[in-house]
Amino acid sequence: MVIKCFGIARDIFKSDQLILENSDLKTVSDLRSYLNSKNKQLRSITSYLVAVNQEYAEDELLIKESDEIAIIPPVSGG
Amino acid sequence: MNKISVKISESTLSIDNAYQTILDDSCGGNCLFIGTVRNRNKGEAVTHLDFETYDAMAEKEMTKIAEQCLEKFDITKVAIHHRKGHVGIKDIAVIIAVSSGHRDAAFQACRFAIDTLKDTVPIWKKEHLEDGSYWVGARP
Repeated sequence: MVIKCFGIARDIFKSDQLILENSDLKTVSDLRSYLNSKNKQLRSITSYLVAVNQEYAEDELLIKESDEIAIIPPVSGG
Repeated sequence: MNKISVKISESTLSIDNAYQTILDDSCGGNCLFIGTVRNRNKGEAVTHLDFETYDAMAEKEMTKIAEQCLEKFDITKVAIHHRKGHVGIKDIAVIIAVSSGHRDAAFQACRFAIDTLKDTVPIWKKEHLEDGSYWVGARP
């Protein structure tokens, strides 16, 4: 499973993507728990959303290997 | 007729280009919002900004905002153009352009579009100061 990282998330993970091998993550909520446990710094940012297939995703959404998944830190365009 | 123009650009944004995309024979009120880079933020001297974008999703979200503008307000055309990459002081970061029969709807739609863009579009601003840089809005 590939997780795209943008903005401060890219700095925190020092990469523009994370590759999770054989992940048994079933939902967006599982992914959040995994990411938060993997990296304490991610918990220090105000909040972040998860996008699945280029749409903001609720915690209950099911995820699969082929989905395009991204960590969306607080946006600051404009 | 193309009612929506959405663009993320690595090069300088053109006010005239945005304006030309919204001009319409039926419109008498055209409203442009132009967001430029300030030299100070919260008392600190800013040297430049770097915008990072999730291009595919950002374009989708910008298109949604444009569609909402057309639904909510009595307007004819809307353009939302945003920069990515290195943007200097006084350079244009974003242009919203709206055309309408009359001015009220154009003003309202323009305001709605920039306010919503700041809330929902996956674009991130890194502010560069004389002594460091940070991602805007990312820390409590």
